[in-house]
Amino acid sequence: MNYQFQWGVLWSGQSGSWLLQGVLTTLGISALAWILAAALGILSGALRTVPWRPLRAAAVFYVEFFRNVPLLVWMFFWYFGVPPLLPRPVQDWLFNHGAEFWAGMFALGVYHGARMSEVIRSGIQSIPRTQFEASMAMGLTTFQAYRLVIVPIALRLIVPPATNESLNLLKNSSVALTISVAELTFQTRQIETYTAKAIEALTAGTLIYLVLCVSIAAVMAWVERRFRIPGLIARGG
Amino acid sequence: MSETVIEFKAVDKWFGKLHVLRAVDLAVSVGEVVVVCGPSGSGKSTLIRCVNGLEAIQGGELVVLGESITRPGVRMPALRTRVGMVFQSFNLFPHMTVLQNITLAPVRVKGLSAAEAEKTARALLERVRIPDKAAAYPANLSGGQQQRVAIARALAMQPRIMLFDEPTSALDPEMINEVLDVMTDLAKDGMTMMVVTHEMGFARRVAHRVVFMDGGSIVEEAAPEAFFAAAQSDRAREFLSKILTH
Ligand SMILES: Nc1ncnc2c1ncn2[C@@H]1O[C@H](COP(=O)(O)OP(=O)(O)OP(=O)(O)O)[C@@H](O)[C@H]1O
Ligand SMILES: [Mg+2]
Repeated sequence: MNYQFQWGVLWSGQSGSWLLQGVLTTLGISALAWILAAALGILSGALRTVPWRPLRAAAVFYVEFFRNVPLLVWMFFWYFGVPPLLPRPVQDWLFNHGAEFWAGMFALGVYHGARMSEVIRSGIQSIPRTQFEASMAMGLTTFQAYRLVIVPIALRLIVPPATNESLNLLKNSSVALTISVAELTFQTRQIETYTAKAIEALTAGTLIYLVLCVSIAAVMAWVERRFRIPGLIARGG
Repeated sequence: MSETVIEFKAVDKWFGKLHVLRAVDLAVSVGEVVVVCGPSGSGKSTLIRCVNGLEAIQGGELVVLGESITRPGVRMPALRTRVGMVFQSFNLFPHMTVLQNITLAPVRVKGLSAAEAEKTARALLERVRIPDKAAAYPANLSGGQQQRVAIARALAMQPRIMLFDEPTSALDPEMINEVLDVMTDLAKDGMTMMVVTHEMGFARRVAHRVVFMDGGSIVEEAAPEAFFAAAQSDRAREFLSKILTH
């Protein structure tokens, strides 16, 4: 083996700032997409359990449509497919204002929202129906029962699977490199191109993803403990 | 004649093909305590769940506090603030403290300030004899304590009617009385109550009337003394012999 490791390529030249920008872009696109996914997931997950069929049907459509389209196709759709449908000035404006970032964020958020929806639905369905009845019996509207009782309980129950989904979302943000979002994977590829040092660049990328994921898992573990429902079996950690 | 607050008029209820309430007629006056008993599956829970609209009816008419609740456009949440319900399984919200459980509806539905609601809640906890549990979570209470909180939670809306669906069936024997005592106090204070229960001692002492159901119909209604001493129907006698001898 005559490969010469040169770890120095990671901090010489522009590599350091590329990596930093990559991390920031990855965090930015993931955080925004996560908020979108959480909002869509809670909304559609709750709608799938309400007593009105048309709302349930709309939520089923959203989930089945989006989770069954590959994320990559979906990103291409928003980046290459949609802008040509818009008026020329809007297109120009978009491409001058980071269209790829917004297309990627939107695709990621909507796709993971559909997956989050299933997690939230299963959480809601694990709550005994009588909790809903008790809420209604005291005069809450269906909306209030969901907002004040059902969803808050469900969110506390689903932290572990939601952690999993959040990590998937972060890792899937790397797909945005295909529409030239300069996120972390994109930047490691760039370092590799400039320095021809693939192992070093990819190792750096790998370690950074690892650190990000472990940090997110730690935060979620804290959230789980902080909002634990008293009386449920305490999980380790 | 005293005011009628609940009136079933030939009420029919189906679950799909299952005919669960068959032309039920029943009138409850203000301040009256009605105990509903009967074999499992006879429709007792369904009967009282119709009163606050947890179950819809398919035939007849049901008038609660002067409002026909089968009329289209009737606002059920508003009606439900005046009809409290206590369930067999307590149904306290596990993520909220006792105090939060009790103040939720007064604040969110009636628009009381948090301070007012808390004041009422503490007075009610006093009344159900657990003043020191305001900050506890349901999971840290005994079944009897949880059910008393559930009663306090329902009373916090100052309902005119209270419905109880087997409030002591999920309790260990030594806790049944603490709940029945609270219910007895409530009855003495003049609350209108419909109580599904197999606690015949409670029925004897507190009820003004016992309603016996079987197969979705009211087979017999009578004052407790008359019902226990000399039930008219075979089915009621058979039911009583089973329930009183064990
Ligand atoms: N949501 C429902 N869907 C279908 N059938 C139901 C439903 N709820 C109750 N039933 C049926 O309706 C009948 C009456 O039920 P209900 O719960 O009112 O009986 P009950 O007298 O309260 O019995 P128990 O003493 O066991 O509580 C039963 O045959 C029951 O199986
Ligand atoms: Mg029942």
